[in-house]
Amino acid sequence: MSADFLYGIEVIINGLMAGVLYALVALGFVLIYKASGIFNYAQGVMALFSALTLAGIMSGQVPFAHLINAIFGTEIHYFGWEVPVLAAIVLTLVVMVVFAWCVQRFVFRHLVGQEPIILFMATIGLAYFLEGVGDLMWGSDIKTLAVGLPQGGSMFVENATSGLGGDDFYGFFIDKLDMVATVVAIILVAGLIAFSQYTKQGRAMRAVADDHQAALSVGISLNFIWVLVWSLAGLVALVAGVMWGAKSGVQFSLSLIALKALPVLMLGGFTSIPGAIVGGLIIGVGEKLFEYLIGAPFLGGATENWFAYVLALLFLVFRPQGLFGERIIERV
Amino acid sequence: MLYREAGDFKTTYVADSQTFPLKLDRIGFWVTLAVAWLVIPFVINDYWASSLLVPFLIYAIAAIGLNILTGYCGQVSLGTGGFMAVGAYACYKLMTSFPDVNIMIHIVLAGGITAMVGAAFGLPSLRIKGFYLAVATLAAQFFLVWLFNKVSWFYNYSASGQINAPERFVAGVAVTGPNTPAWAQYLICLFFVTICAVIARNLTRGTIGRSWMAIRDMDIAAEIIGVNPLKAKLTAFAVSSFFVGVAGALFFAVYLGAVEVGEAFGIQKSFLVLFMIIIGGLGSIFGSFAGAAFLVLLPVALKWLGVDVMGWPTDLVAHFQLVIVGALIMFFLIKEPHGLAQLWRLAKEKLRLWPFPY
Repeated sequence: MSADFLYGIEVIINGLMAGVLYALVALGFVLIYKASGIFNYAQGVMALFSALTLAGIMSGQVPFAHLINAIFGTEIHYFGWEVPVLAAIVLTLVVMVVFAWCVQRFVFRHLVGQEPIILFMATIGLAYFLEGVGDLMWGSDIKTLAVGLPQGGSMFVENATSGLGGDDFYGFFIDKLDMVATVVAIILVAGLIAFSQYTKQGRAMRAVADDHQAALSVGISLNFIWVLVWSLAGLVALVAGVMWGAKSGVQFSLSLIALKALPVLMLGGFTSIPGAIVGGLIIGVGEKLFEYLIGAPFLGGATENWFAYVLALLFLVFRPQGLFGERIIERV
Repeated sequence: MLYREAGDFKTTYVADSQTFPLKLDRIGFWVTLAVAWLVIPFVINDYWASSLLVPFLIYAIAAIGLNILTGYCGQVSLGTGGFMAVGAYACYKLMTSFPDVNIMIHIVLAGGITAMVGAAFGLPSLRIKGFYLAVATLAAQFFLVWLFNKVSWFYNYSASGQINAPERFVAGVAVTGPNTPAWAQYLICLFFVTICAVIARNLTRGTIGRSWMAIRDMDIAAEIIGVNPLKAKLTAFAVSSFFVGVAGALFFAVYLGAVEVGEAFGIQKSFLVLFMIIIGGLGSIFGSFAGAAFLVLLPVALKWLGVDVMGWPTDLVAHFQLVIVGALIMFFLIKEPHGLAQLWRLAKEKLRLWPFPY
């Protein structure tokens, strides 16, 4: 096999891995959208916020230290202890559940029955709010997230595959972190599917997704389900935040992955969990391949910024509900 | 009495269907115009122009543009930043290619070019709606910014990748470039704001505006009663992009002078203008002004309060600003989805009945 062809395969594999990470973010969107009809733009910022919180708790930072110092003229920054990873993750989850409850109680409960686009704009406001709160709580400097995930290229894969091509092929370069992310994503999706199929709360969640009023009339508490769903989205955001944070540091640009998840959703359809996965993979592979084959040689590179959107746009013109979305039926 | 229909008799159809049916509103309108045109240019200084008035006027144009598309026609767009960039780069290319032509003409032409680009990116709106369309407009945002970054023809092959506005004159006074007096900056923006607002107000009152609103309220029903969705949606995109393009051209040529596309016209700008029309009021020209004024004033006021009065560090105040803007968006959507314009309308209703509310 020629080296060029093998490099192409490597690009595809790396695209698949990147796609898994996009899919992770998209999953959070789908969860909330199915259960409450809210298109949650803040999902990316939730990932950022949870990663910030995790990093902050682990290093024993004092929340709102900056603000407290400014108001009272004190000089506190750290508690002086370090929290072990697992405890920190549990604490972060608690924070995300509290956040979910607050969002439900103070924002979206008042917006029930509003048009979807109003809800969408409210989540944009929520995104700004949460970003500001995250910065106030933990400071806006770039943090590293050392939760013990392996980093760097996998020598094992590289050595095992180096014999495939000729002399100028050194084997596939695959980031260990991406492999871990893939495994985690698979576990997460399996867990979510099992949860929604086999548990009481999961069934209630699906009932709410099907029909709010019917669910209400058989005694399902909408408020509880919505808090549950936002908490689950918080969990997914935490996983996505940890993966992306470990990859490129916890910083503001993390919240921009939400924007990358949007075309994924458009491709896969807003209402389908498998759609989110497949859409993520298509976008991941598509943009890497396009950059490798056309973008870098002919268009000056950096096409990854827009390729996903244009692909989704073209796709939607032919299939407005996405790959797996429910058929849109409109009545006057 | 003060603010009443009673006693304000209309004897012609023209008088009956005028924009401001109440006499006090008409007086208020002309007084505002007179103050803006005849008083402010003489008292303005550099600080007021560059930190408040000029950005306010430019954002007002952009907000009117987006309001036509989103507030009147119901098509959510997140591509405003990209379209402003089209206006800015079109203006730059025109200014440098035809240096002898008046800058005012260039700005209008830049708006025209943006209208064409906008209509092209509006084509998918015929197939896709709602969020899907909002995300589709992101394609415009990211693609356009990338295009202006990568294709060096757009920035005349300059080494820095920036575009710089050369000095241009209107009636012998510099309006672009570093030597522009504050009042000239202000007046040229005011000129375009006045014209754009009058055009927008009258468009939305007429046939075309009504067809936009019919599409917004329910596009299938509108189609059945004979509104052509192709025409309505594409004109909304074109007109909206025209205004946004003019705003982009002014933002670059008159206000900033030098622009790096990703920084000045990034996704944040799209959201900023969207927030303006949400806070100001969807589907209201006055709301566009109110929202623009509010969001231009807010950072300045917060900075003054936080940094100068409380003595807090700047970055802390910047974070607070995010929190406050976000909270305000949610607050407005919950309490008053029609924004500041609705508050103003309610106040006027109350005033009409005052002091005998029954």
